[in-house]
Amino acid sequence: MKSPLPTLDRAEIHRYSRHLILPEMGVTGQRRLKGSRVLLVGAGGLGSPAALYLAAAGVGHVSLVEFDVVDVTNLQRQVLHGTKDVGRPKAESARDRLLDLNPHLSLTLHDTRLHAGNALELVRDHDLVVDGTDNFGTRYLVNDACVLAGRPNVYASIFRFDGQASVFATADGPCYRCLYPSPPPPGEVPSCAEGGVLGVLPGLLGTIQATEALKLLAGIGQPLVGRLLLVDALAMQFRTVKVRKDPNCPACGTRTIRELREESFACEVGAPVERVPEITPVELAKRVLRGDALTLLDVREPHEWEITRIPGARLAPLSRLAEEIQRLDPAREIVVYCRSGVRSQKAGLQIRAAGFPNVLSLAGGVLRYGDDVDPSLPRY
Amino acid sequence: MSVQIRIPGVLAPLTGGQTALQASGATVGEVVADLAGRFPRIAGKLRDARGEPYPYVVFYLNDDDIRFHSGFQTAVKDGDEIVVVPAIAGG
Repeated sequence: MKSPLPTLDRAEIHRYSRHLILPEMGVTGQRRLKGSRVLLVGAGGLGSPAALYLAAAGVGHVSLVEFDVVDVTNLQRQVLHGTKDVGRPKAESARDRLLDLNPHLSLTLHDTRLHAGNALELVRDHDLVVDGTDNFGTRYLVNDACVLAGRPNVYASIFRFDGQASVFATADGPCYRCLYPSPPPPGEVPSCAEGGVLGVLPGLLGTIQATEALKLLAGIGQPLVGRLLLVDALAMQFRTVKVRKDPNCPACGTRTIRELREESFACEVGAPVERVPEITPVELAKRVLRGDALTLLDVREPHEWEITRIPGARLAPLSRLAEEIQRLDPAREIVVYCRSGVRSQKAGLQIRAAGFPNVLSLAGGVLRYGDDVDPSLPRY
Repeated sequence: MSVQIRIPGVLAPLTGGQTALQASGATVGEVVADLAGRFPRIAGKLRDARGEPYPYVVFYLNDDDIRFHSGFQTAVKDGDEIVVVPAIAGG
């Protein structure tokens, strides 16, 4: 049986007064929030606004699972952290900000990755989970743990200008596997680091997650159960589509998933199994200086070429590679590069399959070239 | 039948920048085939080599998941709307 709801002290009544005068929320709703425990997985783009609003709203306890450190490229969207925090663990930076926002908050930091060994215990110890992760592997893990523990999974994900949100794994509702029984193969969907994301988009979607979490905890409104909210930020269109519970779902339908398993199907482990040989940036620079007959192909997209490029390269975007291959000189050795060395492997294989055996991929891409050869190149 | 098919922005470069397109066919599968015929580079993003939907790209016909009807064999009417929703994982 749940313990009785905690009471609000004088300072809390003052702080939450705009909630208390909402008849739907009232003192009872606010006491429910105070008596709640939320597990927030990830303090990144989605986790930032979610954590801020959950803390501000008076959720009694938040546990944060985050192992990453703050990078300057996070700050375009991860509003929980500041410039002074670059290089610090995100968990610590989040703690400082959240306790400054609301000193009534009880906060536990888990400076670790969510994995099959800790997920179920963590989820069981909370009333609901807010999924702010950034990869398919952890999303399936969060979902399965929520189904097994019987805790709602407040879900959102984002990519470029598009976002999705729903509430999965409630007693009668569908789960994430009902919607997506299996993830895309590695490499099919680029990560946000590769594909980009509009900074404010996780702000929108993370705030929707906080809204759904607060409604569930306070017991008000109609939760986003059995519905998937689709956000198109470019067209600024919001739409909800139906998500049905799949009776054959191995997680919540047939319940054949009885324990957690880590599945390494994430795009971030996306290098293809077959690979072309690599060349290091230093070796490439040496060979260019020596005057070797090399064709240097940049397989990134034109907007990335605008940001930075290696001198002497030719733009041949992966999306148009088939046409570019026809213009290649078979007498010259080909070096392909991209941002970090993943897409260039894909391009290298495609070029080799088209009948050019002498293809090398630049290890670490233009980023490592900047580190090792030409520090004047901008990073992105 | 002429229906509108909405694709996510990430696939728009494969359709000349359009995210809302008109396509025709008697079933969802035929509509997808029509689109794939006109924009060959999008074909592999919408269906597998056997012409079947992927488990990570969901098709909604008038906001309802076609897997709970007849999949790609689900019949369409004039003026229907198909929305394509691929799995994304960013956070």
